[in-house]
Amino acid sequence: MQSNAQLEYDYSVVKAFTFATILFGIIGMLVGVIIAFQLAFPELSNLAGEYGTFGRLRPLHTNGVAFGFTLSGIFATWYYVGQRTLKMSLKESKLLMTVAKLHFGLYFLTILLAVVTLAMGFTSSKEYAELEWPLDVLVVVWWVLWGVAMFGMIGMRRERTIYVSTWYYMSSFLAVAMLYLFNNMEVPTFLWSGDAPSSLMHSISMYSGTNDALVQWWYGHNAVAFVFTTPIIGMIYYFLPKESGQNIFSYKLSVLAFWGLMFVYLWAGGHHLVYSTVPDWMQTMGSVMSVVLILPSWGSAINMLLTMKGEWQQLQTSPLIKFMILASTFYMLSTIEGPIQAIKSVNAIAHFTDWIPGHVHDGVLGWVGFMTIASLYHMAPRMFKREIYSKKLMDAQFWIQTVAIILYFTSMWIAGITQGMMWRAYDEYGSLLYSFIDTVTVLQPYYTIRAVGGLLYLIGFFMFAYNMYKTATVGRVLDREPANASPMAV
Amino acid sequence: MFHWLEQRPFFFAVALFLTVAFAGFVEIIPDFAKASQPTVGTKPYSVLELAGRQVYIKDSCNACHSQLVRPFKSETDRYGMYSLSGEYAYDRPFLWGSKRTGPDLMRVGNYRTTDWHENHMMAPSEVVPGSIMPAYPHQFTNEADIATAYANANTQKEVFGTPYDQADMPKLGSWDEANAQALDDAKAIAKDMKNQEVKDAVAGGKIPEVVALIAYLNSLK
Ligand code: HEC
Ligand code: HEM
Repeated sequence: MQSNAQLEYDYSVVKAFTFATILFGIIGMLVGVIIAFQLAFPELSNLAGEYGTFGRLRPLHTNGVAFGFTLSGIFATWYYVGQRTLKMSLKESKLLMTVAKLHFGLYFLTILLAVVTLAMGFTSSKEYAELEWPLDVLVVVWWVLWGVAMFGMIGMRRERTIYVSTWYYMSSFLAVAMLYLFNNMEVPTFLWSGDAPSSLMHSISMYSGTNDALVQWWYGHNAVAFVFTTPIIGMIYYFLPKESGQNIFSYKLSVLAFWGLMFVYLWAGGHHLVYSTVPDWMQTMGSVMSVVLILPSWGSAINMLLTMKGEWQQLQTSPLIKFMILASTFYMLSTIEGPIQAIKSVNAIAHFTDWIPGHVHDGVLGWVGFMTIASLYHMAPRMFKREIYSKKLMDAQFWIQTVAIILYFTSMWIAGITQGMMWRAYDEYGSLLYSFIDTVTVLQPYYTIRAVGGLLYLIGFFMFAYNMYKTATVGRVLDREPANASPMAV
Repeated sequence: MFHWLEQRPFFFAVALFLTVAFAGFVEIIPDFAKASQPTVGTKPYSVLELAGRQVYIKDSCNACHSQLVRPFKSETDRYGMYSLSGEYAYDRPFLWGSKRTGPDLMRVGNYRTTDWHENHMMAPSEVVPGSIMPAYPHQFTNEADIATAYANANTQKEVFGTPYDQADMPKLGSWDEANAQALDDAKAIAKDMKNQEVKDAVAGGKIPEVVALIAYLNSLK
């Protein structure tokens, strides 16, 4: 993978998506911090009338960080990694350039509309698929545009063999297309309103009850897989070897981990429905396959860690490498934690408690967040042709955010297990020991710790935004592209 | 084989898609018909209840409340009979939730009453000290969207064959009939409430969101 001097890559789309990553990251995480404080101090839920209540804001947070922050990061890195590993430039095709720009424009518009409509209470209620049908139509349009850009770029490639990263981006494109379409099959109700002056912004699901739940979690779990996992693996497969100057440890392991992950992931959705009314065999399948999932997940992670073999001193010299290695480590943590939670007897205690958001966030903050941040840092000197503004700031950010993540997941582990145990505690006469409210008030200190952790993470993210901004505007100009380690001023 | 695929993006994509989609084919398709049969006695929601359900969704009560009682003694003791698949046959969308920041509401209609909800929705922490549930005063002034609830019910009837207008099932009828029925149902709820503005609104033919919501909560049994 040496860089190709004669090709001039286009960065306009990459820059636009980079900007979106930072903007939506700030919005999404700010809302996350607000709702975290609301659970600790509930008066905060009533400061902005109906628009400020926890229920309205929670989907705003999840959509903001998943489809705003994370997706932008995925698109930004795709247009960067895609051009480079395929050895083609968007500048070579007017058509693809237009498609890519349209992709950005429509995407950006959709996320802005999502913020407004979710705050107003237009939601389908299905997690990570809350957007009402007109927005779903928009999503489909720009998803297809992304596909056109992706396969168009692949069609124009000079490098015959497709690199691992592109496999993963491709898998996201295909899987999300399938999942999103099936889960959002909905019927706008104004079509059958009789004479009633009903709302245009309302639809109902094609599926009902248990079936709806089944499709939703087949989707929901795999939205996690193909938004929070596979494209991020695609990122690390490109950026870690690039930044460290090391070759990927094992090609065989890459192949095995990839196809293993693709085959197993979709089966695991059932673990969201353990002890529910979906058929038993599916619940069991969900549990078993979740445990099997450890293998391909750790396969990738170990492949990454071993890529650093003999070069561990880079951890001391480069905060950027630190971000990536810790990301990989958090990936290992959350892919062992998830399967544990999927075991039926553990799930009986963990489900519905704070342990679940705890698990979600060691993954998204440690893995998705860190890897996205690291990727953008790596791209900055190449696309702005300037040195990274401050290494010190980056290092400080790393430590603040690491502490933040630890505060977040440890507090939620304790909260979740405490609550799960209290719900099922009996006294000596065989009656329930705790009323529900006892199991709420006991969590107050943990909710506070989590909120403080979240605030720290947000502060770290502002440091990142500032560092990127300064890099783009006043970083020392570079006369040629750095080969590996990204140059940074102290 | 893998090397071969990696140089042929089209076949790579096809192989990838089949690998990913396989689980879906096996898991989802066979059980679809079976799970959607209603249990005996399960009835579709009335228009007012549907309007309340829409309020529940609009304010994302499901962000904090589940509607799924799991088959454990500690849950059946707390919430009542565990959930059966057929009880959800008319739920579009399903509202099982994924997080119990507050208690399960699947059977809340068995143990909470209209006036309890009225006080609780206005100021939860005054009814249950230490509650972290938001207060919902805006539901006492916003009007419920009965027209969309009617469209909702009618879509279920026309598109999905939900048994409205059949023997022993709720009546839907035309929009005017349904609207009048919803108002009657609302009056029955408002009778048990104390808030004067709500009572006046209903007497004047308007249905505040909270009335529809309470109708829905009372129907959860
Ligand atoms: C921030 C999370 C949160 C949101 C959002 C929320 N609740 Fe609650 N809810 C709670 C908590 C915590 C309790 C337990 C304490 C109490 O009774 O107030 C509760 C209790 C209840 C109860 C009493 C149940 C029982 O068994 O005693 C009802 C009914 C209820 N909520 C309805 C709603 C409705 C309707 C909405 C949406 C408009 C809603 N809640 C939104 C957290 C929430
Ligand atoms: C600034 C840091 C963040 C804070 C303080 C925060 C806070 C929260 C809170 C309070 C919840 C609701 C939990 C509950 O209902 O009990 C939540 C849910 C969620 N957050 Fe975050 N969040 C942060 C960052 C992120 C990021 C960066 C992502 C993804 C990239 C993310 C993804 C999610 C998801 C997917 C859920 C839903 C979890 C579930 O349903 O179990 N969050 N977050």
